[in-house]
Amino acid sequence: MRGPGWTDQQVDQIVGNLLRVGVIVAAAVVLAGGALYLVQHGQTMPDYRVFHGEPAYLRGISGIVSDARARHGRGLILFGLLLLLATPITRVAFSVLAFALQRDRTYVVVTLIVLAVLFYSLISGGG
Amino acid sequence: MNLLEFTLLVGLGSLAAGFLGSLTGLGGGVVLVPLLSLVFGVDIRYAIGASLISVIATSSGAAAAYVKEGYANLRLGMFLEIATTVGALVGAVVATRVPPAWIAVVFGVVLIHSAYLSSRAPSSREEAGTSDAWATRLRLDGSYPTPSGPKAYHVRAVPTGFGLMFGAGALSGLLGIGSGAIKVLAMDRAMHLPFKVSTTTSNFMIGVTAAASAGVYLNRGYIDPGLAMPVMLGVLCGALVGVRVLARARTRPLRIIFSLVILVLGVEMIYNGLTGRL
Repeated sequence: MRGPGWTDQQVDQIVGNLLRVGVIVAAAVVLAGGALYLVQHGQTMPDYRVFHGEPAYLRGISGIVSDARARHGRGLILFGLLLLLATPITRVAFSVLAFALQRDRTYVVVTLIVLAVLFYSLISGGG
Repeated sequence: MNLLEFTLLVGLGSLAAGFLGSLTGLGGGVVLVPLLSLVFGVDIRYAIGASLISVIATSSGAAAAYVKEGYANLRLGMFLEIATTVGALVGAVVATRVPPAWIAVVFGVVLIHSAYLSSRAPSSREEAGTSDAWATRLRLDGSYPTPSGPKAYHVRAVPTGFGLMFGAGALSGLLGIGSGAIKVLAMDRAMHLPFKVSTTTSNFMIGVTAAASAGVYLNRGYIDPGLAMPVMLGVLCGALVGVRVLARARTRPLRIIFSLVILVLGVEMIYNGLTGRL
């Protein structure tokens, strides 16, 4: 971390690394959850023909985290997917910081608007 | 077919979709939903949820490489993401309120349009000599690396581009695709950006756009972990291999074949949507 005055190239490098690490970690968690899920349920019949929707506890962050902690395959996969979802959101949050350090007020505002839309979607689920 | 076999087959199908999608530049999402719904008999809402997840994975993975090369215009991408994320949120909310058969029909139309776009040769038009007032005020102009040093470019028609990006975001949220083709169209044709800048900036924006609809999908129970797992891992691996092969492959014949496949899938989606089979 070099403090104020990151160049655009340095920001590009950090953003690139952030995205790569996020995807790798998320994929590893999904893979682990998937292996667990198939061990637990591999012999059952898949049922995706009729839409039931996921159970209520697997539709929110807190429910997913507690299901993952209980070492359920489905919860762990969804936890990995949350990490994946967090990757672009973290990238946007980081951009707020980078533009702030460059004293670029216009783009701090632009980036905060994008971040607000993302949080609104994740927390309220579109109302 | 038990769950283990189903998962393996879906994973292999997704691997092929990701591979062909990255090799042809059309993206994996566009064939995934038809593959899952027409071939595997998955309800289109689960298919859209899983596809959207794979879009976030491949976009973030590919953008990591592109951003470092210095082609993507991060300021422009960030500004246009206001339009795509709001559009994606609207599209995803609409998706949860209209009958699934309508989504299938819209999907079919988008597939046929993509097939048409990819069958045409890439554009070769003049780059913009001047910027519009918005581009200057928002400092959107940039430069990209060439063998003879950085080359500067200007940005035109910012309001038009912004409007088209809202539409691209709405389609992404409605159909669970990256809608990269429309994003590139907006930047290449309307805003007159260099092609490589358009494609890399588009890729950079896709992940954030898709993340805006993913919250809605998750909340409505569209994201099934058992289905999303093989789809995400399959598409991601396929796309990574595709990018490696891309450097030394002749993609023109492949592009034509893939366009024809997309055309057929588009007709199938519309037919099945109209006859109420999806």
